[in-house]
This record gives sequence, structure tokens and C-alpha cells, in this order.
Amino acid sequence: MILLLLTLVFVILRVIPGDPVLLHFEKAASPAAMNAMRHELGTDKPLLNQYVDYVWGLLHGDMGKSMVDYSPVSQQVMSAFPATLELAIYSTAFAVVLGILLGVRASRRFNSVQDHGIRTFGTITYALPVFFLGMVLQLILGIHLHLFPTGGRTAIGMEPVGLTIGSFHIATGLYTVDSLLEGNLVKFATALHYLALPSISLGLVICGTFIRMTRSNMLETLRMDFVTAAKARGLPNRLITYTYALKNAFLPILTMIGLQFAALLAGAVLTETTFSWPGLGRYLVDRIGFRDYIAIQGAVVLFALLVALVSLVVDLLYAYLDPRVRL
Amino acid sequence: MVLIGGVTILTVVVMTIVSPYISPFNPTAINAGPVLQPPNSKFPLGTNHLGEDMLSRVLSGGSVMLQVAVLAVVICSITGVSIGLMGAYAGGLADKISSLVMDSIYAFPGLVLAIAIAAMLGPGVINMALAIAVVYVPSYFRVVRSQVLTVKELTYVEAARALGAKSRRILTRYILPNLLPSVVVVVTLNFADAILMAAGLTFLGLGVPVSTPDWGWDLTYGRQLLPSGAWWVIGFPGLMIVVTVWGFTILGEGLSELLNPKLREIA
Amino acid sequence: MVEPLLNVQNLSVEYASRRGQVKAVTDVSLTLDKGSTLGIVGESGSGKSTLGFAILNLIPSPGRIVAGKITFDHTDIINQNEDNMRRIRGSQISMVFQDPLTSLNPLLKIRDHFTELFKVHSPSMSKKDAISRAGELLDNLGIARERLSDYPHQFSGGMRQRVMIGLALALNPRLVIADEPTTALDVIVEAQILELMKRLKDEYELTLILVTHNIGIIAEMADRIAVMYAGQIVEVGPTNDIFADPLHPYTKGLLESAPNIIHPERSMRPIHGSPPDLITLPPGCKFHPRCPRAFEPCPIREPLPVECKHRLVACHLYN
Repeated sequence: MILLLLTLVFVILRVIPGDPVLLHFEKAASPAAMNAMRHELGTDKPLLNQYVDYVWGLLHGDMGKSMVDYSPVSQQVMSAFPATLELAIYSTAFAVVLGILLGVRASRRFNSVQDHGIRTFGTITYALPVFFLGMVLQLILGIHLHLFPTGGRTAIGMEPVGLTIGSFHIATGLYTVDSLLEGNLVKFATALHYLALPSISLGLVICGTFIRMTRSNMLETLRMDFVTAAKARGLPNRLITYTYALKNAFLPILTMIGLQFAALLAGAVLTETTFSWPGLGRYLVDRIGFRDYIAIQGAVVLFALLVALVSLVVDLLYAYLDPRVRL
Repeated sequence: MVLIGGVTILTVVVMTIVSPYISPFNPTAINAGPVLQPPNSKFPLGTNHLGEDMLSRVLSGGSVMLQVAVLAVVICSITGVSIGLMGAYAGGLADKISSLVMDSIYAFPGLVLAIAIAAMLGPGVINMALAIAVVYVPSYFRVVRSQVLTVKELTYVEAARALGAKSRRILTRYILPNLLPSVVVVVTLNFADAILMAAGLTFLGLGVPVSTPDWGWDLTYGRQLLPSGAWWVIGFPGLMIVVTVWGFTILGEGLSELLNPKLREIA
Repeated sequence: MVEPLLNVQNLSVEYASRRGQVKAVTDVSLTLDKGSTLGIVGESGSGKSTLGFAILNLIPSPGRIVAGKITFDHTDIINQNEDNMRRIRGSQISMVFQDPLTSLNPLLKIRDHFTELFKVHSPSMSKKDAISRAGELLDNLGIARERLSDYPHQFSGGMRQRVMIGLALALNPRLVIADEPTTALDVIVEAQILELMKRLKDEYELTLILVTHNIGIIAEMADRIAVMYAGQIVEVGPTNDIFADPLHPYTKGLLESAPNIIHPERSMRPIHGSPPDLITLPPGCKFHPRCPRAFEPCPIREPLPVECKHRLVACHLYN
């Protein structure tokens, strides 16, 4: 399956357009220069050899060399990756929490004004282009009200460095985690401050599906016999809603997180561009500007791998959490 | 719900079509008015940094997006439905291979794939449409495949086969009509997503060249104007995108409820 | 004369639906003395389950209690505020449900079902005490204590029902309502559960309402029977009397439609027709369209309950 994904990327980015080096040099360049690059990148070999090199390289974590400066793409990609990961985590957290809260509320007041209002809210947020929402938030909360910064990952000089014990160094690349590892609360707060707007933008656009799913799961679960039985035992409503119904509704939400992850990454690309967030998405867009096709390929591959990885993790978690399913 | 969605979309489409006749100014007329004017009586939606009238731009800005969306949806639906029909009906290896390929595409983050394809193909309406179409083919494929697999086993299809009906006849007369409700729903949601994706591609610079007025371009350029507080350059085009996409989404949800009575909420 | 533990007067329950108001229970009255067992028998749709839920004031929306009074041990049930009602449910009045598989929380261990119950009703009880008490209950029900840490799906149907019964009895309630407690079980297990219930009834000195469509169970367990049809009680009285000499034509029909082990040669005779639509009920006596003995007053006036041969019967034949 993963192999197929990789092949797909290869086909799209190498086979279809033809010669990436030619595309890279828009204006006519000297044949000598082009051949030099071809040789350096290995694109003068037959296509099948290139494919084998590509897969073999990936298995060793080698994504080739950038067309801009021949530096290893894998390094560039991996340094951009944590920023995207952090954005993805916080956006998902926001979307899920908001989605669950609103979904539960809508289900408990079935068919009421609140219910319809929440559902409409869900559809409208879905229809918002994430970059539009981002810009609106930047404008209102950032520029007019000066409440939040409008770009970048953190203030200058506030980058956390992680924890160093002797010669042992731990740094995750996630600013919020690293600043805590370092014990520096100011850096932590700053990182969160910068994370706020991008996560909210991305989270809001994604939350619609979670609202809908929570609501319908809750409605279904609340109708079930064991809920009536629990009420007949005198258990209070709040306990029933949160422990009984929500616990049962939670597992499908987990699956949905996995399914939505692909959409999340897609939105991340736009969000990163809007907020100048130095993640994988912005890397991809920048590289398109440079016509650095090898780098583009590397970034796209990493995106694909991420999605596959998250699906796997979600499947495993699901099996672990549901007592009815044992691996 | 269907009504609201339908009316909304119709309004947008009509607006786009008649825009050349009702626009007060030529949307690409630079310096039709003073630069960066907030909304006022002469220019109800303000002007942008080139002095173009925003109202005119908003009225005609949907045309590129709608064109791309229509093209994408048409390509996508025909391809997806055909592959789905053939693969699922034939079964065996054809089914397995097509499913595998489709699942791989489906697993991809949509926009990333579209970006990659668009980057390779270059700008232009057709290329954008192609990029978007590739991303959505699996959606149609899945819906069609699951329906075909169900219907294929139904008794009356077996009966037709027993009576010697040719495969093609079975496909068109029996299976296809059953698919239509679900496919229609996918089409509307496809439209919604296609517009969002077209906007996204334009925002990233992978769309059509700058000359045509387009909501996506307004958002891209308007971005640089934000620090000066000129909200109307992105506000109105953005709003139009939201309204259009929302219209399609609501239409899709309404149709889905209508055509799948099982999904109707229990009162 | 001792006051009855439960007194239901002129209870009516309706559900709102697209086509109109469903009259699930209409003008039902009955009393229950402490320590007795009342069997409520009727077809599906007769309103017997709704009656059970009404006693706990648990009618789910879109249903409502529209008229009547329910008094349990001097407490007004219908007008009770929700907090007090919650306290009563589970500890004073409890319910055993029909399908134990769907009535137990699949994600909760059996032990947690019990500890959660104790925590809500006896917050001062320590977790350790709660668990040991749960263990005692299971012992009494014939389930090994180790099984407290299992999940509902790991039990067999009969054992699950024992757990349900255990939960219903955990807080020593005064009244237990059993809604089709053995319908989801196979016959052999059913017999075991009935034996268990009989023993527990004596041990805990329970007052029991047994709701079922199975006349055999009623005959075995109940002191008195109330026969329900189309939301109303048509006959109520001591079990033996009713079985020996059923007065209401519906009761007669019910008894005759059941297989008879003593006289297998007597053919089972079903009652003609089908139960009425609870939205548009027939005028007069609800049973008259199917009644083999209907005569002039039946389609016109509703028969009121009258005393006859130690019981109450609602039928013009006995006016």
C-alpha cells in the first residue's frame, strides 16, 4: 500500500511531466549546465533505474538533493516537519474539543434552535476557505485588536532549545513541548500565543465533521437500552451523558480523526502560507516557487507517509481501547 | 434545505453570467476610481490597490471558479463512475487493482496532490480542473462500487442474467438507475470541494493567470493589504466563496436527506 | 386495613407522533399491596411496558403522562421533582429489563456497574465496601465473584440477566418492576431465572410487578393478574380465580390461545383480528371489533370496571 503511494508520487512527479531538469530551467540554459545537474541528481539514468534509486533511497531516508543547492532534501524536510506536526496536533485538539462540546449540546437539545444553530455553524465553517478565515482572524484579532501575532512560530530569541543532560540532548522540535522540557514558561506561553490563530483557523474549518459525528453518535447512543436502564437506576443525567453515551461515541471519533488527518494536512498547507508558519506546507509552496522538483517530490512523499502512519496508529489505538475488539 | 441551497447557487451562477451587463465598471479597469477606497456611495464595495471597482470584481469573480468546478466535476464523475462500474461489475483482478489504486489516491491529502499535479502541469483552467478531478475520482469510485456490489447480487439482476441479458444492458438498465441518487449527492459535494480547492490553488499561485477577475486572486493580493486595514478587498470576495460553497453543501445535504429516507432524523 | 404500597389512579400516557397522539395507556387504575406479586399481561402494544415506565416516571419524550395519579408509599410520583425521583429510582423502586445484553453498558466492567450505583445512592460507602457488597450479591445470584472484572459480552444470557437482577436488588428496593425478564432467554435458562426470582422475592420480601405476554410465567409467579388491552385494564383479580374462570372475553381468548400441556388435544384458538391502532381507537369498548360476544352497548359506551366474583372486570356482560 505504501509502495503504491510512493509509486504514485513518482509517476506524477517524474514520469508525467517528463524531464524535471528541463522544467526547472525555465529559460534556456546551457546544455552543459543542464547536463551537470542531471548527472548530479541522477536523472540522466534510465527511468527504471531512477525508480529503483528512488525507492531504495527512501528506505534509507534519502530523498535526493535539492535542485537549488544540491543539499539533502530529507534534511530540509525533516526540519520543517515538526512545525507542521505541532500545528496539526493543536488544530486537531481544538477541532475535536469544540466538535464534541457542540455536538453533545446539540444532541441534548434535539431539534431545538440551538441544535439547528450548531449544525448551521458546522456547515458554514466547512464552507470557509481556511486562508480566508485565517486572514479574517489576522485582521480582527491581530491587526485591529493587537491580541495575537499574525505570523511566524514564535518571537525572535524565544526558540526553545530543549533539555540537555550532560551530553544527552532531547528536543522534539515542538516548541510547546521543548519549552516545557527546558522549564521556560515564558517561551512556552509565547509559543502558544503564536500557535493560537493558526490552530483556531484550521481547527474551525475541520470541526464541522466532528460536530456532526458527535451529535449523531450521541443521539443514537442515548436511545439505547442501557441508557434507559441507567436512568432507571437513578443515575444522574450528567453522568449518563458523559460517561455512558460519550464513551461509546468516542471510538468513532477516534477513527474520524484518522480519516480527517489527510484533510487536515491539506488545510495545513494553506494555513502555513497564510501565517508564514515554517512547516512542511510552506516548504512545499516555496519549493514550487523555485521549481525544485526533487524537493517537491520529497515533501509530497512525506505527506503521504504521514497519512499512512496516522491511519495505522489510529487502528492500533482503536483495537486497544475497545474491549470488544482484541488484536 | 434543498431549496435554500438551490436558490443560493442559482443566484450566484446567474450573477456571474449577467455580470458583464450589470457591472457598473469594467472589473479590470485599473484606476476606475481612486486607489483603496473603503465602501462608499460611488463604489459600494470599495476599490482595490489598483483602483478597480470591487463590486464589479465580485460580480464577475466567480466565473473562473465555476468553470473550473464544472469541468472538474464532469471529468471526475464520468471517470469515477465508469471505473467504478466496470471494476465492480467485472470483479476479480480488475476490481482489486482499481480499488487499490483508488484507495491510494483517496488516502492522499487532497490539496497536496492537487498542488503537485497543478505544479507539474502549469497554470490554466483546464489544468486546474484536471488536478482537482484526479483528487476526487476515488470518491465517485467508492460510492459507485459499493452500490454496484449490492445491486449486483439482487435477485432481479440475477434473473435478468439468467434470461441472457448482455452485460452492458444490465449495467445501463438495472444498475445505473440505482446509482443516480447517491452520485447526484456526491456531485453536489464535489462542486463544493472543487470550488474550495480552486480557490486554494489560486491562492497559492497555481491557478489562472492574473488578468481575469477572480475571487481567489482578490484574496491573494488582498493579503498584502491587510496591515493597512483594507478589509473590503478580501472581505467581499471571500464572503462570496463561502456563500457559494455553503450553497452547494446545503444542497448536497438536503438532497442526501431526501434521497436516502433512512438517514432522515427520527422525530 | 393496611394501605397499599402502590396506588395508581386513572393514569393516562400519550406519545406524540407524526400521525397524531398515540394513547398508550388510558385511564388505568390499580393497587398493589406490600409483599404481593402483580402480573400485568397483554399483547405487544397493550401498554404494559409503558405502565411500568410510568411508575418510575421515566416515560421518554415524546411521551407524557397526561392524566392520573401515582402514589408510592405516600409519595406522589408524577409531580415529584427530578432530583427526588432519581433518588427513588434504583433504591426504592427498581427495574429489571428485557434484554440484558443491550441493557448493560458494554464498555463497563460488571464491578463498575455496581460501584457506580453505590456511589450515586450511598456516597458514603467506600469503594472497597461497594465491591465486596457487589461480590455478595453475585454470590447470592450464583455467579462467581471473580467475574466482577469481566465485561457484559463475556457472559451468557442467563448470567447477564442475573447481573441485571443483582443491580435491581443491590439497594434493597421496596418495589421491583420486571419488564419481560425472561423473554430474551431460552426456555431452560428461563426456568432457572424464574426459580431465582421466586427465591429472591421471599428472601428480600419484595413487592413485584411482573410485566409479560407469557401467561405461563404469570401463572407461576403472580398472586394477582391485571389483563391489559389497548392501553386499558380489562380484568384484574387473583390469579387462580382468573385462570379457573376468566370473565372478560379477551382474557378468555388469551388463555385459550396458549398451548395447554394438560389438555393437548384442545386446539389453540387465536383471537381473530389484530390489536387496534392506538391513535384512532374504536369507539365504546376497545375490544368489541374482535369480541365474539359483543352486543348492542359495546360499540357505543365504554364499559366501566365493576366488581364481580372477587375481581374487577370492564365488560358490559357483567354490568
